[in-house]
Amino acid sequence: MSTLWRSLRAMLGALGRTVLGWLAAIGRVGFFFLDTLSHMLRPPVYGREIFNALLNVGWLSLPVVGLTAIFTGGALALQIYAGGSRFNAEAVVPQIVAIGMVRELGPVLVGLMIAARVTSSIAAEIATMKVTEQIDALVTLSTHPIKYLVVPRVLAGLICVPLLVAVGDIIGIFGGYAVAVQNLGFNAAIYLINTVDFLEPLDVISSLVKGCVFGGIATLMGCYYGMGSGRGAQGVGRATKGSVEAAAVLILAANFMLTGVFFSL
Amino acid sequence: MIRMEGVTKAFGDNRVLRDVDLEIEKGSSMVIIGGSGTGKSVALKCVLGLVRHDAGRILVDGQDAGKGDRDAFLARFGMLFQGGALFDSLPVWHNVAFRLMRGALKRPREEAREIAIEKLRRVGLKPDVADRLPAELSGGMQKRVGLARAIAAEPEIIFFDEPTTGLDPIMAGVINDLIREIVTEMGATAMTITHDMSSVRAIADRVAMLHDGVIQWTGPVGDMDASGDAYVDQFIHGRAEGPIAAVR
Ligand SMILES: Nc1ncnc2c1ncn2[C@@H]1O[C@H](COP(=O)(O)OP(=O)(O)O)[C@@H](O)[C@H]1O
Ligand SMILES: [Mg+2]
Repeated sequence: MSTLWRSLRAMLGALGRTVLGWLAAIGRVGFFFLDTLSHMLRPPVYGREIFNALLNVGWLSLPVVGLTAIFTGGALALQIYAGGSRFNAEAVVPQIVAIGMVRELGPVLVGLMIAARVTSSIAAEIATMKVTEQIDALVTLSTHPIKYLVVPRVLAGLICVPLLVAVGDIIGIFGGYAVAVQNLGFNAAIYLINTVDFLEPLDVISSLVKGCVFGGIATLMGCYYGMGSGRGAQGVGRATKGSVEAAAVLILAANFMLTGVFFSL
Repeated sequence: MIRMEGVTKAFGDNRVLRDVDLEIEKGSSMVIIGGSGTGKSVALKCVLGLVRHDAGRILVDGQDAGKGDRDAFLARFGMLFQGGALFDSLPVWHNVAFRLMRGALKRPREEAREIAIEKLRRVGLKPDVADRLPAELSGGMQKRVGLARAIAAEPEIIFFDEPTTGLDPIMAGVINDLIREIVTEMGATAMTITHDMSSVRAIADRVAMLHDGVIQWTGPVGDMDASGDAYVDQFIHGRAEGPIAAVR
């Protein structure tokens, strides 16, 4: 009896600590986010850093986003065709590819690719700067690390990722179109008309809003874990791993919530 | 003047600084000696506010170092980090001129670059390193770039964390002379950490020995050899036997 009670208590204690740990973590991330926002709104502005971040987060992510989208769009067309043919609804391929890419797969896959590509590199770079005392050096040179390192990257995430999502949506739809026209015998013009007619403004808006939120999450997590890195190579490794995990999970959770907000009202 | 009163700092249960009292006169050169891992770097970082001390007071010209305008406070300091801490995404000259290219001390790019090259020359580096990246330089060269960055804006107070570690003896001599010069010519206050006894003799006005989290001994450099302190004697003669354990 007493051992049962004790193990129950130990379990509840562990659960409580985990929950408290999570709450504390949310608080720290929230504070970090507010700190970043407040620095975003105050001068000075580091133009060169922002330009570099836009280049890294946006432009250089285009190839991976394009490849992800085109293969996904193609596979989606094949799947919908195969699934649709079970109840003679093959004709819906253009509509479902469009809605699937724009509402869900475009933002989520771009978000996850950004988490893989950008979050990890931000976390590793900033963590290395931390362990080699470069962050301390910045401070002694009267430069705020949040303003100099974090703001440009988060800003780039907020600006570039929606654009990347738009590009991903278009390329994904094109991938579906190519497969449908080449392999499934769809008429090219009708496919395009069906796509364009079917999509509503809200679909596109939700896609871009998701992109913006996911971009913010991905870059913020990279910066947060990088700035909080422990010492040594192991610290950098942990920071990088943690940042990608957190970014991916938060992106999927945010996607669920945003989908709820946009489409179940 | 910098004054540390009863400063303590622990990392977890590693009590690094137990009770540090230290005073550095304006325009003088203080050298801190002590075994590796005794908390010398941590002490410097406490003064700069990079590490928050747990208890005690740190005063710079009578003002509490943690309070007041942080930018104005930091603008008075230059710091050479133990590992150099150069920004590896920026070319060498931009590292050196970092402070001169933004904030209150901002100047035109060309002028900042010229100052950087002049400072590089003072630490014994040729102008052609200016456009290289830090990763392309040897450890000793990186250290000297860090030194050039620390003195670039001609700060009132300069901290040197092991300025001659990793340098050949000739270059170490050049750096010792430079530090001495900065203190006498620019009237800067300097606090230097070093293990190098020739460096101590070349640059120190006063010496302090940090051991076991407290200042074990402090006095003018001339008194160092006759300090009568067993710890100082062991350290300056580099003996394995003595009150300082060889295994730490
Ligand atoms: N950020 C930190 N986190 C945890 N421990 C630290 C940190 N910085 C320094 N220490 C510890 O403090 C002690 C003193 O370090 P340091 O001041 O670098 O020594 P040194 O006298 O060689 O400069 C060491 O035991 C080191 O492990
Ligand atoms: Mg040290």
